[in-house]
Amino acid sequence: MIQVQELTHRYGERIALNKIGFDVKDGEIFGLLGPNGGGKSTLFRILSTMMVPTGGHAAVAGDDVVRNPAAVRRHIGVVFQTQSLDKALTVEENLRAQGHLHGLSGAELRDRMARSMDRVGLTGRGKDLVETLSGGMRRRVEIAKALLHRPRVLLMDEASTGLDPAARRELTRHIGELRDREGVTILLTTHVLEEAERCDRLALLHEGNIVALGSPDELRSRVGGDVVALESSDAPGLARGIESRFGMKTTTVDGRVRVEIPNGHRFIAEIVEAFPGAIQSVGLHKPTLEDVFVRETGATIE
Amino acid sequence: MCSCGKRGQPLSNLFLPSATLWQRELVRFWRQKSRVLGVVASPLVFWLLIGYGSNDLARFYSGALVLTVMFSAIFSTISIIEDRREGFLLSMLVSPAPRTSLVLGKILGSATLAWLQGLIFLCFAPLAGVRIGLLDLLPVVAAIFLISFTLTGMGFVIAWRMESTAGFHAIMNLLLVPMWMVSGSLFPMATAHGWIKGVMWANPLTYSISLLNHVLRMPNATPSGMVSLTVTAAFGLALLITCGMVAAQKAAKSAA
Repeated sequence: MIQVQELTHRYGERIALNKIGFDVKDGEIFGLLGPNGGGKSTLFRILSTMMVPTGGHAAVAGDDVVRNPAAVRRHIGVVFQTQSLDKALTVEENLRAQGHLHGLSGAELRDRMARSMDRVGLTGRGKDLVETLSGGMRRRVEIAKALLHRPRVLLMDEASTGLDPAARRELTRHIGELRDREGVTILLTTHVLEEAERCDRLALLHEGNIVALGSPDELRSRVGGDVVALESSDAPGLARGIESRFGMKTTTVDGRVRVEIPNGHRFIAEIVEAFPGAIQSVGLHKPTLEDVFVRETGATIE
Repeated sequence: MCSCGKRGQPLSNLFLPSATLWQRELVRFWRQKSRVLGVVASPLVFWLLIGYGSNDLARFYSGALVLTVMFSAIFSTISIIEDRREGFLLSMLVSPAPRTSLVLGKILGSATLAWLQGLIFLCFAPLAGVRIGLLDLLPVVAAIFLISFTLTGMGFVIAWRMESTAGFHAIMNLLLVPMWMVSGSLFPMATAHGWIKGVMWANPLTYSISLLNHVLRMPNATPSGMVSLTVTAAFGLALLITCGMVAAQKAAKSAA
């Protein structure tokens, strides 16, 4: 549904995207996970036809975003990180205006408005002014608006920004329903791990490169066994000690030494004995997407 | 190069987005009625102070009316800058609606608001001793619309390329307000000195003020009515074309 090949974008000297490539399948929830400044927003702007890349290709439903932006705009519904509603208008007025921009009118538009409001649980709120709605409600209006013309692809940029955890979970659930019931293909950008977990596949973006690509399970399975995180006042020294004594690979991020190892609990006993007094705290957990990211980049997401 | 005016596109594709944007401007305005006060009040105060002070309200009336229209046009178009980063304009830019229709809708909407506020200012005409007969009303109203359209087009061209509202304020103070000052609003071209006179000849606003003076039947309006109308209309048309061009161009590069 979405094809990206050798896509490159430079802002002057700075490379925001470095020859990246991936395919998003029909009916899939595809996530772009990475820290701010990793290239997610640039990619989002290119796919939503707001920006022309400096190199490479991207196509949505077979139409090239540069050569045929008008066709791409018919295929996509876009939810922006910032608000794209007119606060001085009501929910219905916002949706109607959006419909008109897509050439919808009359009975068909009324029907679609009613359905898309129903779909996101906004029935009965049509006459409310957007400025009187909560953040979570506004997000729902944004989604209803993006889906009004029944796009095949929904592009969402950090759509959960500014939402409380409950509203965020509801949004995630809603996105899943959209794929299951309507077969909408969804591409979203996020730096929230919980959201990334719910994607069918993920691309981890770091400094303009895709450092890993796969389902959350596949990505996690790259990390062997458990992750042991050790806090120390001399993290680099501890890391060197572990590497020489145990012959293991370590990563040090933010004063924490991370070690990937099967049966981590046994290792903890050994290591605390081996470096008495050097370790301030010990943590053991099953691998998370954050661990995958740290492993691939040596940096954290947030 | 231009995403607008694809052949074979039904006219409704152009009309519907324009109409909806036009309507949006009006609805917003109606819900924020206090904006009228902001736009009409300051030119009114300037006019009354200068007019009473120099004991000639009539001479400064046209200038004050054009200033009202100009303020309104600036306030409406300045919203484009913020709207593009965070607001309704974002979803317009990723919709299949032709750029031309978006430009047209925005300009017509803003021009209508400027025109309405110009008409409000017109109600103060009797204070200036200006009597407008019923037959004269139509040309007056039409002239105010033409001027509103032109000034909105000017605001649009400036705003579309701006990254911040601060930049727009600078342009307003350094370009638009001085343009208004040397347009015959404060002193007639006949008494202007040296190079200022040349600037006045070249200033498109001079022709707007003069057009208004003609339809209001003010004495000593120069240049002639026909010249004023032609220049104002030509300037408006040129701005409209420029608006369409800058909007299409920006879309091809980066809209964010």
